[in-house]
Amino acid sequence: MTGDPGIEAAETPDLTGRIVIVGAGHAGGSAAALLRQYGWTGRITLIGEEPLAPYQRPPLSKAWLKGEADGDSLALRPPGFYTEQSITLCLSTGVAGVNTAARMVTLDSGEAVAYDHLILAVGAAARKLTVPGAELAGVLELRTAADAELLKRALGPGKRLAVIGGGYVGLEAAASARALGAEAVVIEREPRVLARVACEALSSFFQDYHTQKGVSFEVDAQVQGFTGANGTVTGVALGDGRTLPCDVALVGIGALPHESLARLAGCACNHGIVVDGATRTSVPGIYAIGDCTQRPLPLYGISGRLESVPNALEQARQVAALLCGRPVPAPETPWFWSDQYDLKLQIAGIPHQAVTRILRGDPAQAKFAVFHLDADNRVQAVEAINAPAEFMAGRLLVGNRKPVAPEKLRDMSVSMKEVAA
Amino acid sequence: MAKIIFIEHSGATHEVEAKTGLSVMEAAVKNNVPGIDADCGGACACATCHVYVDPAWLDKTGKPSAMEESMLDFAEGVESNSRLSCQIKVSDALDGLTVRLPESQH
Repeated sequence: MTGDPGIEAAETPDLTGRIVIVGAGHAGGSAAALLRQYGWTGRITLIGEEPLAPYQRPPLSKAWLKGEADGDSLALRPPGFYTEQSITLCLSTGVAGVNTAARMVTLDSGEAVAYDHLILAVGAAARKLTVPGAELAGVLELRTAADAELLKRALGPGKRLAVIGGGYVGLEAAASARALGAEAVVIEREPRVLARVACEALSSFFQDYHTQKGVSFEVDAQVQGFTGANGTVTGVALGDGRTLPCDVALVGIGALPHESLARLAGCACNHGIVVDGATRTSVPGIYAIGDCTQRPLPLYGISGRLESVPNALEQARQVAALLCGRPVPAPETPWFWSDQYDLKLQIAGIPHQAVTRILRGDPAQAKFAVFHLDADNRVQAVEAINAPAEFMAGRLLVGNRKPVAPEKLRDMSVSMKEVAA
Repeated sequence: MAKIIFIEHSGATHEVEAKTGLSVMEAAVKNNVPGIDADCGGACACATCHVYVDPAWLDKTGKPSAMEESMLDFAEGVESNSRLSCQIKVSDALDGLTVRLPESQH
């Protein structure tokens, strides 16, 4: 995406070592497949805590929840893939520790697995809400296929879903619940939904759109606890004394990176496992990829944690290239997407040090984009609703750092091709 | 089932049997065909599953939607036969479909 040269490749790669990947999610599963694509011939062991082979998580709150996708279509690869590719898949398997001196990981069973290279793709856990009643049946989170199965079973015509947290997972689940004929209320601590992840224009657009679709909102609201009967949730108690009745509650208040294994191994962690632009941790022979990493964001001169499939895939490509002695690909522009109802949201970049916001298009038509410019009129980020040209051109501009003319950007009669030229 | 033939930029050829109803992108990813990244998993959100449809098959694969066209407009190396393979559904009529892959999706 950018003109930066990639990191130099090793001169004579040894493709025969033992690679252990801890975490069989999108990042870990993709890394294993890419290592084979890039010619790794040594043993690859992919260890996952869940009972399922690597699958796609994004549909869990969208198509899968609505019943539009089945297990087969969720799977990242077909069942025979891992055997065909000589990838040893250890599912329902936890990892207890790492001995970096002996280069061994210890499984929960006590079994030791030796590695020459260890890739941590351990992901993140849903942040817990520590309030009375949080342990009641029907108080759910949405991270895994098993979580999604519980939520799906609880939804249906006339059921009432209470979503705690107006982030992407919560809003997507609310949209899917409406599609299934359930009622949905979104309870948000901040004055607006998507407060941490989108600009105000987007927040108010999404809240209005969901409201039109029959979702209700409680913003600036504190959750005091859950009420229940016979061990099952029946309502959400708010700080103002009201209790909102519900049949099921979904807590979607962010995620925390799994750092414990990395810390045991002595890897530096700081809101995620700290890695460089080629996925190396502070410990030789150990790499980390995906949601669990604190990674450089070279476009902005900062580091950050990105929870997204594109990030997982970018880092899977980095580690596979590094280990196979290929040039590590140049850094990509971070991006993200979300589907809700008939809305396609696409975001590129991060509004770091953005000082100007330019609206292009018409929110009333559900087709618009917000561009975030820095002091030199360079695009730092773009948030696009049903506006793929704005997204694609914006992503290009975030990557190439070319300044744009704000008056052209807000003028719909000037094409994005011309704006980006 | 339909046979789909993927030709990498290097010339390497991959023949895969694809289930009807899958997308051409899914057929590639599930068979570990290199060169189709499909970062968004088929949501028509990323343009990293760009392919060139063999001209003989253009009638059968149909035309891109407005959304797909807008995405393609900004992809690298776009030609008149460019498509996003997540938007082409495998059907019996596409048995033998040949697509070529660009040098890079990023």
